[in-house]
Amino acid sequence: MTIVREPVWDDAPRSKAQGVVRRLTSVLSALGLAAKIALASIASFPAVLCRRSGRADFANQLYVTGIRTLPVITVVSLFTGMILALQVGLELRRFNQEMYLGAAVMISLVREMGPFSCGMCLVACVGSAIAAELGTMKINDEIAALEIMSISPIRYLAAPRIFALVVMAPLLAFFCCVVGVVGGGIVGSTQLGVDFRQYVSSAMGIAKTKDLFVGLFKAGVFGLVVGTVSVSEGFGTSLGATGVGRSTQRSVIAGFLLILMLGYMITRAFYR
Amino acid sequence: MSLISFENVTKRFDGRPVLDGLSFTVEKGEILCIVGPSGTGKSVTLKHLVRLLTPSSGRVVVDGIDVAECSGAELERLRGRIGYLFQSGALLAWMTVAENVALPLEECTSLPDEEISARVAAALEAVELSDAADKYPSEISGGMQKRAGLARAIVRETDIVLYDEPTSGLDPVTASTIDRLVKKLNRELGITSIVVTHDIASALKIADRILLVKRGKAVECSAPAQFARSANPEVREFLEAAKGGAI
Ligand SMILES: Nc1ncnc2c1ncn2[C@@H]1O[C@H](COP(=O)(O)OP(=O)(O)OP(=O)(O)O)[C@@H](O)[C@H]1O
Ligand SMILES: [Mg+2]
Repeated sequence: MTIVREPVWDDAPRSKAQGVVRRLTSVLSALGLAAKIALASIASFPAVLCRRSGRADFANQLYVTGIRTLPVITVVSLFTGMILALQVGLELRRFNQEMYLGAAVMISLVREMGPFSCGMCLVACVGSAIAAELGTMKINDEIAALEIMSISPIRYLAAPRIFALVVMAPLLAFFCCVVGVVGGGIVGSTQLGVDFRQYVSSAMGIAKTKDLFVGLFKAGVFGLVVGTVSVSEGFGTSLGATGVGRSTQRSVIAGFLLILMLGYMITRAFYR
Repeated sequence: MSLISFENVTKRFDGRPVLDGLSFTVEKGEILCIVGPSGTGKSVTLKHLVRLLTPSSGRVVVDGIDVAECSGAELERLRGRIGYLFQSGALLAWMTVAENVALPLEECTSLPDEEISARVAAALEAVELSDAADKYPSEISGGMQKRAGLARAIVRETDIVLYDEPTSGLDPVTASTIDRLVKKLNRELGITSIVVTHDIASALKIADRILLVKRGKAVECSAPAQFARSANPEVREFLEAAKGGAI
């Protein structure tokens, strides 16, 4: 599939209405392109693993998405857990139910906040960088150069990045939950007078495998969405340096919105 | 029949015509230099030859194939025959110069590693970049990046090479080395070449024919000797301006 495309219309819109129609059409075609990029990347992933350079690049992308984001993700999930514990704990204390603090923190982290905060960190740390990098390559004709050397930008650039996100997002979400639960425990035992052992046993008592799997599935979907959105925004960049800024911004906004909306839909599908 | 022909090609961006009924042909084994003011669509013209852009109207034909209409497999085969030096060089930032030059061979051929490194070394030698082989694009100058892009364009065995300003940003000595290289590839390997350039002196030296493009139209297309003596006022104006700039 060809990535270097040009504006579909080569004349200016004749009326306001036509301009609006074109705007709508281009949003739809951007969505269609993103879907096509996701499918083509999945299809070309075996080809990535077959090549020495592809494996090296995939390993590098795993490192960039998985390891380099750890500091930020640690801080974010620690504080997410701490805030949850504080808010919930203060309410529970009014009813003398502090022993359920662990359960409350665990449930909200595993089901919702873990994958969500992990997704947000990936949008901010990884998605934005992908959009900016690929966008700069696009305006510098590097993507065009790959295409005319018959090196598919999907296989060469998109697939390793998207797959690294899909693989790493669930792992990072799991990490988020663990760190968050620990953070909640610290707040519980130091600020709310909840015994740490009681906190842990309450937390482990409530945790169900279904919650964990749905949470990790959600994180995997977030990884796919972040990767696809930022790759297709990067590939769609035009108009020089401002274009790179714009597509970076758009990839962050679109990633953010899609994570919120898909998060709701997945929850709705599994818990009713 | 000509190897490459542009037939009345028009290209508009948002209603603004950049190419406006451009027609010219390139014969097999010929060097055509395209000259013209900045922003007249010279780079746009080259991009039409490999379907990085498609015409709003008119046809671009390479070796009997309509580039805008042909199938994906045909396009792939066509692109495989064409080397392209981009105006920006278009090197990948995370690879060294040598790795960049080796890229088309490693990804698209099944040559053994020694053969690849020998060819890469020869291509880098030809553009006088052997010393910079292990440097990254961000560590070398703009002119060196251009030459690395040139090495990448010629490292594959192609029969057409498109050069987008191969000598801009180079000192006169290196520029004339590049001019000789273009000429040599053309004479020894019979590579059909289109050279976009601002340097009218080098165009007069290497070209078989020179095409002057202005406002998206072909103004004059003739052999260097005729081009230099042309009575066409637009050509005279361009030559005078170039001479003035050189002094
Ligand atoms: N993808 C594009 N979208 C919109 N406009 C474009 C696009 N590509 C080129 N143009 C416009 O086409 C015109 C010609 O550009 P082109 O790069 O071909 O000029 P040029 O003749 O190569 O000039 P220079 O000598 O400075 O390189 C410019 O005005 C440019 O803005
Ligand atoms: Mg140009």
